[in-house]
Amino acid sequence: MSKKLLLTYDHIPGINTLEVYRQNNGYKSLEKALKTMKSDDIVEEVKKSGLRGRGGAGFPTGMKWSFLAKPEGVPRHLVCNADESEPGTFKDRYLMERIPHLLIEGMIVSSYALGANTSYIYVRGEYFYIIKILQNAIKEAYAAGLLGKNILGSGYDLDLYVQPGGGAYICGEETALLESLEGKRGNPRLKPPFPAVAGLWGRPTVVNNVETIAAVVPIVNFGGEEYAKIGIGKSTGTKLISASGHINKPGVYEIELGVPVEEFIYSDEYCGGIRNGKKLKAVVAGGSSVPILPTELILKTAKGEPRLMSYESLSDGGFATGTMLGSGGFIAMDEDTSIVKNLFTFARFYHHESCGQCSPCREGTGWMEKILKKFIDGKATMSDIDLLWDVQSKIEGKTICPLGEAAAWPVAAAIRHFRHEFEEYVKNPQSIHDVKHYFRLNNLVEA
Amino acid sequence: MTTTTEIKFSDSAQQQVQEILNQYPADKSKSALLPLLHLAQAEFDGWLSAPVMDYVASILNIQPIEVYEVASFYSMFNLKPVGKYLIEVCQTSSCWMNGSEDIVRYLERTIQAETGQISPDGMFQIKTVECLGSCGTAPMFQIGDKFYENLTFEKIDTILDDLRKENKRSRYV
Repeated sequence: MSKKLLLTYDHIPGINTLEVYRQNNGYKSLEKALKTMKSDDIVEEVKKSGLRGRGGAGFPTGMKWSFLAKPEGVPRHLVCNADESEPGTFKDRYLMERIPHLLIEGMIVSSYALGANTSYIYVRGEYFYIIKILQNAIKEAYAAGLLGKNILGSGYDLDLYVQPGGGAYICGEETALLESLEGKRGNPRLKPPFPAVAGLWGRPTVVNNVETIAAVVPIVNFGGEEYAKIGIGKSTGTKLISASGHINKPGVYEIELGVPVEEFIYSDEYCGGIRNGKKLKAVVAGGSSVPILPTELILKTAKGEPRLMSYESLSDGGFATGTMLGSGGFIAMDEDTSIVKNLFTFARFYHHESCGQCSPCREGTGWMEKILKKFIDGKATMSDIDLLWDVQSKIEGKTICPLGEAAAWPVAAAIRHFRHEFEEYVKNPQSIHDVKHYFRLNNLVEA
Repeated sequence: MTTTTEIKFSDSAQQQVQEILNQYPADKSKSALLPLLHLAQAEFDGWLSAPVMDYVASILNIQPIEVYEVASFYSMFNLKPVGKYLIEVCQTSSCWMNGSEDIVRYLERTIQAETGQISPDGMFQIKTVECLGSCGTAPMFQIGDKFYENLTFEKIDTILDDLRKENKRSRYV
């Protein structure tokens, strides 16, 4: 097995079409599944593979599938979460744009495994051009007998539809997504009941991320045990990493889990080092929600061991000295970056995206943005640092969904690791204007 | 300004409505609300007036408030008239690091309108938005269903010139 499992063929011209996709081993897993495997066999292979949800939470996929309730006579559904909105994350977009049939193949195989006959791909509305790509690919699949009635003569029926969102980060939370798919505001539901018992229209439902569903294809093709041999420890398989920020080669990289962070940043195979010969200052390793780490802690753990791109290694040390793999949204910042200003963009984001249902999140995200704005405007005092800490500490664990945590964690981590920078902006408010952020653009003379 | 009696989907849009409704069980047609709002926004000048939302409610046989509360929740639905081309500039983290603030300033100067205002010629309107999943190709903006990435001032000049020539309202659907 090669190190690349999802993006093996992504650079082949025409791979977005059914014809070229099939010439490159496309829909092999579907044939294998429908002709040689029972539904439960596939669930078993996914369990053996150790695959963990690639949307950010990292929950074991096989276990999630095994929770699905199967009451007699009640339809079940598989819903793909393509609401990719976590700042720093663009891997699902890449996968759907380049190889739409990989997702569709994964959807059919997974739906078969779960006994679903109607499945949906919920795509964030801003990705409307992706929706069109997926709809074209689905049309091709129907025409080839890969969707619809009696797929490949197996007796299995599946209808697959694409649903657009309306622009709301919160709909990446699975119960908010289901609300949205039901034509409502994206307010997360209280759990339990979990979607596995009462999901879409109250029916048993599994919600999985795009990359998770795509990974089912190689798992069925090669077997769960073979898949589990790739990666390191409980971080099995490969992961798509969206790399951005001040690096030489931003883009989507498929890595075998366990690659050293240092290699990922500096090797030419991946990010190719920091732009303009600058030094690395900090990294947000798994999307905006995860704690930011300064260079010394992202390259090495507190124990001095090399930090690896894996669930376990990135979280080594807890939040005191570690972070999370999250969605794999890897944002690297060079020595000139203002951590406070970047944090402000995150705080503004979470304030904008809070659904408003729970007071700690609705009010807290607004306060965090407001206080951070004071730092940006050079109007903050030393006590504002403590106030900011206080506000974030009162959100975590007090909301229906994890958006509260997602908003609080980056604030806490920035103060934990870069308190001196907040203090500097208080002592010397002018210094915020000295920070040079822009490299590609010529500085614009103020109009 | 259109009046309630004139609000009706075109024939091709009516057909799309049927296709959309076929995606859900017959008693779950409310699920069609977001797709229909996108379609309505594209059909009726890029925004959702109260009569347009009432029209969508009547198609789905739901109360108008069920449409208003949804339309006002999601950021892609415009509840006021917008410029012919809505320029949605991403401003989060990686885009900010790569100069999104300069992009906004340059755009404001070029179209002669501040963010949120329609340009004097009615052609453009800037809207700052949150992460659009284009972090590796920052800075960027979205117009309709098109992503314009790795932006420079020169690129922006060309894009706006081309759109002025095209002169057709941007749409997602």
